[in-house]
Amino acid sequence: MSAISREDVVHLAHLAHIEMSDAELDKMTGELDAIVGAIASVSEVASSDVPATSHPIPLTNVLREDTVGQTLSIDEVLLNAPDSDSDRFKVPAILDGE
Amino acid sequence: MSNYTDELVDFDEALDRYDPVLGFEVHVELNTKTKMFSDAPNAFGDDPNTNVTPVDLGLPGVLPVVNKTAVEYSILIGLALNCQIAEKCGFARKNYFYPDTPKNFQTSQFEDPIAYDGYLDIELEDGEVFRVEIERAHMEEDAGKLTHMGGSTGRIQGADYSLVDYNRAGVPLVEIVTKPITGAGKRAPELAKAYVAAVREIVKNLGVSDAKMERGNVRCDANVSLMPKDADKFGTRTETKNVNSLRAVEHAVRFEIERHAAVLDSGAKIVQETRHWHEDTRTTTSGRPKSDADDYRYFPEPDLVPIVTTVEWIEELRGRLPEPPAERRKRLKAEWNYADKEFRDVVNAGVLDEIEQTVAAGATAAVARKWWMGEIARLAKAADKDISDLGVTPATIVELNSLIEGKKINDKIARQVLEYVIDGEGTPSEIVEKRSLAVVNDDGALGKAVDDAMAAMPDVVEKIKGGKMQAIGALMGPVMKATRGQADAGRVREIVMEKLGL
Repeated sequence: MSAISREDVVHLAHLAHIEMSDAELDKMTGELDAIVGAIASVSEVASSDVPATSHPIPLTNVLREDTVGQTLSIDEVLLNAPDSDSDRFKVPAILDGE
Repeated sequence: MSNYTDELVDFDEALDRYDPVLGFEVHVELNTKTKMFSDAPNAFGDDPNTNVTPVDLGLPGVLPVVNKTAVEYSILIGLALNCQIAEKCGFARKNYFYPDTPKNFQTSQFEDPIAYDGYLDIELEDGEVFRVEIERAHMEEDAGKLTHMGGSTGRIQGADYSLVDYNRAGVPLVEIVTKPITGAGKRAPELAKAYVAAVREIVKNLGVSDAKMERGNVRCDANVSLMPKDADKFGTRTETKNVNSLRAVEHAVRFEIERHAAVLDSGAKIVQETRHWHEDTRTTTSGRPKSDADDYRYFPEPDLVPIVTTVEWIEELRGRLPEPPAERRKRLKAEWNYADKEFRDVVNAGVLDEIEQTVAAGATAAVARKWWMGEIARLAKAADKDISDLGVTPATIVELNSLIEGKKINDKIARQVLEYVIDGEGTPSEIVEKRSLAVVNDDGALGKAVDDAMAAMPDVVEKIKGGKMQAIGALMGPVMKATRGQADAGRVREIVMEKLGL
C-alpha cells in the first residue's frame, strides 16, 4: 500500500503554491512514495524508546546577547524588491489573508 | 465594510439557556533591544524598513541566532503565570504564504513550548476570583506590517496593492494560550476584559514589554463557544482576531455570545471560523473558515538548536520576579488604609507607583493621595498630559508638604508653587524664595496691614467688638490684598483679637 496518494500530492502542491501538470503529479506521487518508504525503514531499527531527532549535532543553547548590530541601508533592503513605494515593498493586494 | 445583518439574542436570555466557553490567545511583544533571531533594533515608530537585517528579510543563506534576553523574558512570563518551564524546547517553522513574512514561514514553537500548565487568578471588580488555566506560553516572532492602499475604505477588501514595512518582522513575541474557560456564565465578558488586563499588567510589571495595547504590544484573539445548559460537550467556537483594547475584548465576547445564541436557537450550526472585530459598530463579521490554509506543515527549525533550561538558570530568573501586581495592591491598600473606593480610584488613575514613592519619601498616605488625586490630576487633565509626564516627583510633594506643615506657605500658595514647579522654575523651596511667596506671619508687617484694614472699616470693628466674631472675615480681604495673599489667616485673627483686647 502506498503511503502517498495522488490526492496528497495535489494537496501539498496547493499548500506550497506549486503548479503541477497531471504528468508531474503522477511522477511525483511515485517518487514521494518511494522517499517516504525509504525513511520508514528507519523505524525498523529505531525502537519507540529512541527519541525523534531533528538535529544531528548535539548542540544546545546557541544564544546571543541582546546587543544591536548593523542593519541594511534602505537601498540594500529594497535591492531585490520587484516594486517599492515610499521605502516599502509594494505587493499585490491579497484578499484571502488576515 | 461590516455589512452586519446577524440576528442577536438578548445577552441575559442567551445565558439562561447556554453556558459560554472562552479561550484566549494573547500575543505579547517583548521590549528587548534587538529582535528574536537577528540583532536589528526592536523599536516602534522608526522610518520604514530601517530596522532590518538580511535575517529579517529571509535572504538566502542567512542564519538566525536566538536572543538570550528574549528567552529569559519568556521564562519570566512563564514563571509569573505559574507555569512549568520546559527542560528542553525548540523552534519550529509554521509555513504560510503572505507578504507579512518574507521567509514564507514564521519561526515559532509547536510541540514543545517553553512554558506550560500554569494559571492566573483573576479578581473581578466585586472581589470574586476566577482561576484561568494557562495551556502554554511559547516564543515566536512578529510579522511585518502591511498597509493596504487604494480602494475606498483603507481595508484589505478593494485595495489595489499593499505596502510592506519589515521593521516589526522578527520582533520577539510570547503567545499565551489559555485552556478552555468554563463557568464564567454572565460574567464572561467581564472576565475576558479582566484576564487581558491582568496579563498586560503582569508583563508590564515584569518589565519585559511596554504593554501598550494601542501600539499592539499586547494583542488578543478571543475564542467563544456556547453549549446548552445540559450539554456535556463544548460547542463549535469562533475566533475573533485582533481585539486590541480591553473594552473591545469585553464587547467582542458579549457580541459573539449574543450571535451564537441566535444561530443555535434557529437550529443552525456555528461555522468554525475567524471573525473580524469592528470597533465602530461593535460587531464581528465573518473572516475565513478553517480550511487548507490552516495546514501549516510545522516542522522543526533546522537552523536553531534546542534550548535547555537548568534549575539554576530558572531559579536565578525566579529570583528576579517582582511582587505580583494583585498581591502588591492588596498590601498597599492595607498599608495606606484607604477605603475601597479611594483605592479603586487611585488604581484607575494609575498613580499607585507615585503614591508609593511619595510615601516612601516621607509623606503620609493621606497627603500623597490628596496631591496625586487632587491638584496634580487636575493640572494633568488641564494640560492634556499623563500624570507621569508632568515632571512632578515624589520629592516635590514631600517638600511642598513640609513647607505647609512648617507654616512657610499655605495650601493655596502651595498649589501655585506646584504650577511653577511644573513650569520648570525649580524646587518648591527655590520657588518660594525666588518669588517671595513665604507666608507673612511676622507681626510687624501683619500688624500694619490689620491696622489699615480696621481703620478703613470701623463698622466691621464695631461688630467684632459686639461679639460677632465671624465679621473678622471681612477684614481678611484687605489684609490678604496688602500681603499679596501670603498672610497666615490664623495669625491675622489672633492679631485682631489682641488689638481689640478680646
